[in-house]
Order: sequence, then structure tokens, then C-alpha cells
Amino acid sequence: MEKTKKKSQAKDKPVILLEHVHKSYEDGMPALVDINLRINQGEFVFIVGDSGSGKSTLIKLLLKEHTASSGTVRVSGYDLMKIKRKEIPFFRRKLGVVFQDFRLLKDRNVYENVAFAQRIIQKSERDIRKNVPSILSVVGLAGKYKANPKQLSGGEQQRVALARALVNKPDVLLADEPTGNLDPRNSYEIMKLLEKINENGTTVLVVTHNREIVNEMQKRVITLKEGVILSDEERGGYIDEN
Amino acid sequence: MRISTFLYTLRQGIVSIFKNKWFTLASIATISACLFVFGISYIMIFNVAHLVQKAEQSVSITVFFDEGLPEEEIEKIGFLIEDMKNRGIVSHYDYVSADEAWAEFSEKLGENAQGFTENPLSDSANYQIYLNDINKQAEVVDYLENSVEGVRKVNKSELTASTFSAASMIVSYVSIGMIVLLLAVSIFLISNTVTIGISVRKSEIQVMKYIGATDYFVRAPFVVEGIVLGLIGSCIPLVAVYYIYIIAIKFINEKMAFLTSMFTTVEPLDIFISLIPISIAIGVGIGFFGSFFTVRKHLRV
Repeated sequence: MEKTKKKSQAKDKPVILLEHVHKSYEDGMPALVDINLRINQGEFVFIVGDSGSGKSTLIKLLLKEHTASSGTVRVSGYDLMKIKRKEIPFFRRKLGVVFQDFRLLKDRNVYENVAFAQRIIQKSERDIRKNVPSILSVVGLAGKYKANPKQLSGGEQQRVALARALVNKPDVLLADEPTGNLDPRNSYEIMKLLEKINENGTTVLVVTHNREIVNEMQKRVITLKEGVILSDEERGGYIDEN
Repeated sequence: MRISTFLYTLRQGIVSIFKNKWFTLASIATISACLFVFGISYIMIFNVAHLVQKAEQSVSITVFFDEGLPEEEIEKIGFLIEDMKNRGIVSHYDYVSADEAWAEFSEKLGENAQGFTENPLSDSANYQIYLNDINKQAEVVDYLENSVEGVRKVNKSELTASTFSAASMIVSYVSIGMIVLLLAVSIFLISNTVTIGISVRKSEIQVMKYIGATDYFVRAPFVVEGIVLGLIGSCIPLVAVYYIYIIAIKFINEKMAFLTSMFTTVEPLDIFISLIPISIAIGVGIGFFGSFFTVRKHLRV
């Protein structure tokens, strides 16, 4: 009973909190206007919208690649409006990031690409030897740890990127168009994997254009248009603006 | 920091040298070319400075005494000169007695000297003084002429002194100018080479930063790489310059023997004992600062 209560309390804790966030670029054009957003621990959320709707800007704010012009941005316990530059690497270790173009290190094999994330947080070689094979088996690539990224399919490369993002056990997984370069079958498998990761407690935030997947998965969907939140639905679908 | 992390960054720096072969070759070639020109200039400047110094030290001041000055007074003047030697003003000095002066002169006269029964140079005993720094000549002459008792006359060569002063000044200015110019050129070239090398690896740096790498972790392999490239880039020209200098010395001694009467080359060891640490320091310094500051531009992700 006590355990269930604690779990429920944790689930209600916002892992991402944006209040009255505005972001304008140097040319004065507003990219985000008065964004209010609360994402609790353990949620699975899609961010959808057309090009120029502010999705990428939102991801950049959450990664602290950019800073909001005004408002409050809190991610994983860090106030990103006040965070010091030297604290940013430690904040980012609380996040896992996956990109459309995978961004693997081409000169290193699968094992080394994943181990790299552990080396950055100064894990011992013994821990790395234990954690890397374990996460590779979660993404279904245990048998390909010696392969070079170039030898893998797009879907497999994205799995390696996922393994790299997850090996440090992040609070939040940010996936920016993770299926953008994949065929429907691989896209579906990656989404199933993200769902499995989410079931294990990691908050998952997916920015996507993939209408079919959004509609099929029936998760929370936040739709952005011209820098404003157009809708935020608990079990939403892809809003067809045309 | 864990030892394993330190070793990892070290290994990544070394691995990167072999991985980015063209960048490695371009960097080493740039550093080597700059330090080769620096080495050759250094040797030339060193030899010219040596020549000027030798020539300076061969210019002497001759101090003649008052007629009939007793031996002990001459000795007192000798003590004053010895004191100047102890203070580093005088390099060395010789006492030439009247008999020695006549013996030397009569040798030049040959048969014509046979008619003299007495020493015609009986008042020509003197001290030949060689200075360490020719610029001090006027000061020393003034002191001897006006402050020392028993000095009749001081002979000096004003023209030679001022010529050598000017020559050593020119050598100093030219050497400073060349070194500044070479450093500026090499920093410009290295910065360009590193910028090209880093732009290729920009996405790698970005990935590192997104995963949560500290600036140190991103920068360290590049800095290790820069230092190693700087070290290799400084050793190659040192070896080349050493052998070129040995060949040049041999050539001068064998084919241009007439020069050796007025010009002796500096021993390689005397030059390389300073050239080796200077070249390595410049090479490693260029590698370190080149990579450190160029990577910094890409760290703001």
C-alpha cells in the first residue's frame, strides 16, 4: 500500500516544467509564445507540429542548447534559466537524446559507441563491461556489438543510439524525429522499444511527424503551431491541420 | 578524475593521430616547416653573434705609462685592470714590456734593426686590454685617461668599436624580428590547420556535448593530439637542421678554408643545447595552444 502511494507520488512529480516560456531569436521572430507545459515522471508524450511550429526550439530549450527569453524551464530538478555553464554536462547526463540522423561515432564499433556514454560519466571499466552488453540486449543488438555503424541498417543504428541514450539510466529520453530516416517496419519497432523503455519508468518525449504512429499509440499528444500549444490531449491523435 | 579516464583521453588523442592521417601530416608539416626556418635562422644568428663577439674581443685598448714610471706604479695600474676583469668589464689583458715591444718590432724591421744599440722603444711598455663588451670602450678609456695616475696615453679604435656595436645591435634586432615573424606565421598556419581538422570532427564534439561530456573530456584528446604533433613537428626539423649544420661546417672547413682565419663556426653542441629545448617548447606550445583555443570555439553546444 505504502509502496503504491510512493510510486503514485513520484508519477505526479513534474520532470519537465515550463511556465510562461517565450523564446525569440536574434531577428526578433518569436519561436515559442507563452508555453506552459508539465510532464510528469514516467509519462510518454508526443510533440507534433509542422515545420516552424517550434518543436526543435522546444527540444533545444530542454537540452539547454538554447536559453528561453523569459519564463521558467525546469528539467529533472535543474532550473535551466539559472543553471551555470559548468553544471550543464551534469544536467545532460540526466537526459538521453536520440536524433533523426543517429549521430553515432563512425570510427567506433557498436560496443564502443555505447561505452562512450559511460566513459563520459567516468564509469569504471568493470561497470562498462557489465552495463553495455546488458543494454545492447535490451535493444536487441547483443550479437552485433563488434559491428561498425556503417555495417548496420537504419533501424539498427537507431537502436545503438537508443542504447547509448539509455545506458546511463536517464530520467528523460528526448527523441527528435527518431523514425524520420526509417521505413515503416523499423519505425514501428523503434516505437515499440520506446514504449518498453517507458514502461520501465523512463519519461519519454518524442518529437515526430509520423502521423500513423502517433494515431496508433494513443499516448499524450501536444500539438504546436507557430510557437503556441494548439492542443494537449491525454490520448490524442495527430491533428490534421489541412 | 579516474586514472582510467585519464588513460582513455590519452589513448583517444594518440588514436586520433593515426586516424586523421591527412590532418596529422598537414599539422606536422606546418610545425616542422616553421621550426626548420626558425632553426636555420637561429644557427645563422648564433654564428653571426659569435663572429661579432670574437671580433669585439680582438679589439684592444693600449695603455702607455708616463716616462720613467716605477715598476710598482705600473703594477698598481695592473691591479686596477685586474679589478675591471673581476667585474666582467675586461675579458683579458697582457703586459708588454719595453723589451718585448722592441723584440716584436725589430723582428718586423729585420736587418734594419741591427743599427740600434739601445732600445728605442724604452717608453713603450704597455697593457693590452681586451673588453667583453665593446660598448664599454669609451667609458674604460675615459677612466684610464682621467682617473688613473701614471697613464700617459691610451690608444683605441673608435671606428672599430662603433662598427661592432652597430653590428651586434643589428643582429639583435634582426633576430628578434625574425623570431616574432616566424611565430606569428606559424600560429596562423597552425590555427588554420587545426580549424580544418576540427570542422571534420565537429559532429563528434556535438555528440559528446549532448551526452554530457565536460569541456575537459572533449578537449583533452585534442590537446594530447596537439602536444604530440607539436613534439614530432619539432623533432623532425631539429634532426634536419643538425645534419645540415654538420655538412655546412664540413664544407666551410674543407672548401672555404680561407674563411677560417677570420671566422670560426660555433660548435653544434653549443647551439643545440639551447636550440633543442627552445624548438620543443615552441612546437609543444603551438600544439597545445592551437588545439586548446580552436576546440574552445566548438564547445558552446
